[in-house]
Amino acid sequence: MVRYHFSCDNLIWEKTAEIFAQSDGCIYICSQIAAYMELRRDVFQAIADPTRRAIIALVALQAMTPTAIAENFDSSRQTISKHIQILTACELLSQEQQGREIYYHLNPQKLKEIADFVEPFRNMWDERFNQLESIMKKHKSNQ
Amino acid sequence: MKQKTKVNAEEGKQEIVITREFDLPLALLFKAYVEPDLLEQWMGTKVLKLENKKHGGWQFETTDPQGNKHRFNGVIHEFVPNQTIIRTFEMEQTPFPVQLEFLEFEKLTDDTSKLSMHIIYRSVTHRDQMLQLPFAQGINMAHNRLQDIVNREMVSKLK
Repeated sequence: MVRYHFSCDNLIWEKTAEIFAQSDGCIYICSQIAAYMELRRDVFQAIADPTRRAIIALVALQAMTPTAIAENFDSSRQTISKHIQILTACELLSQEQQGREIYYHLNPQKLKEIADFVEPFRNMWDERFNQLESIMKKHKSNQ
Repeated sequence: MKQKTKVNAEEGKQEIVITREFDLPLALLFKAYVEPDLLEQWMGTKVLKLENKKHGGWQFETTDPQGNKHRFNGVIHEFVPNQTIIRTFEMEQTPFPVQLEFLEFEKLTDDTSKLSMHIIYRSVTHRDQMLQLPFAQGINMAHNRLQDIVNREMVSKLK
């Protein structure tokens, strides 16, 4: 049976409950691991789509309304709204009500779960400093 | 390979410390920060203005792969050769607020030196957002690169 779901959490609870019903301790732990893997897979599937990655990159810069997000794409407003829904279900985006508008922003906590998000930042500086070192070594030998 | 650059970002704080040891004498490391043509080379940026003195200003401009130009600017609060630069840093045309940077240059041996950059952000959230930027842009690039490799393999298999 193929079931389409927007919610990561529901899936985990359904799976856990299913196995818990017939469980002993070991099976329960196994199911927790399976559920965790399932969640991770969901998040990775969420970011496997190029449009959804583009949305993540956009809202990383600033919180945006769905309309403002959709303006960056050629796809229909409906399609973009579905992508936003999936990202929200996986908690990569969170909503914030500001007056009559809903703003979406990136959820740093979730990013921490799927990866060490400081690593690309560190890498960026490491590459920059490597460049500095090699340029200054050349500069020194030219003098 | 040993990772030379360290980033210390404690949970819930609005600051980070970046440290790096260089196989360069202190004077040469400091020179990389003050001479515009050298700075342009390692930062991959254009130096529009760089006044290395107290109350001086600086402005850089980078061009991204799409050809968009991004400008950065700030004010220099303290400038002690081979020792300290205190400056502000701001990305123009973005909602990110200005940040305060303390750069300390230190001699380790005659041929090695150390830089420590202490950056203070307006809030914890702003700090986390800045830390996330390369990650958010990186997952895009990593996936595109992966897609390129997959595409190339598909094409070569079809041949």
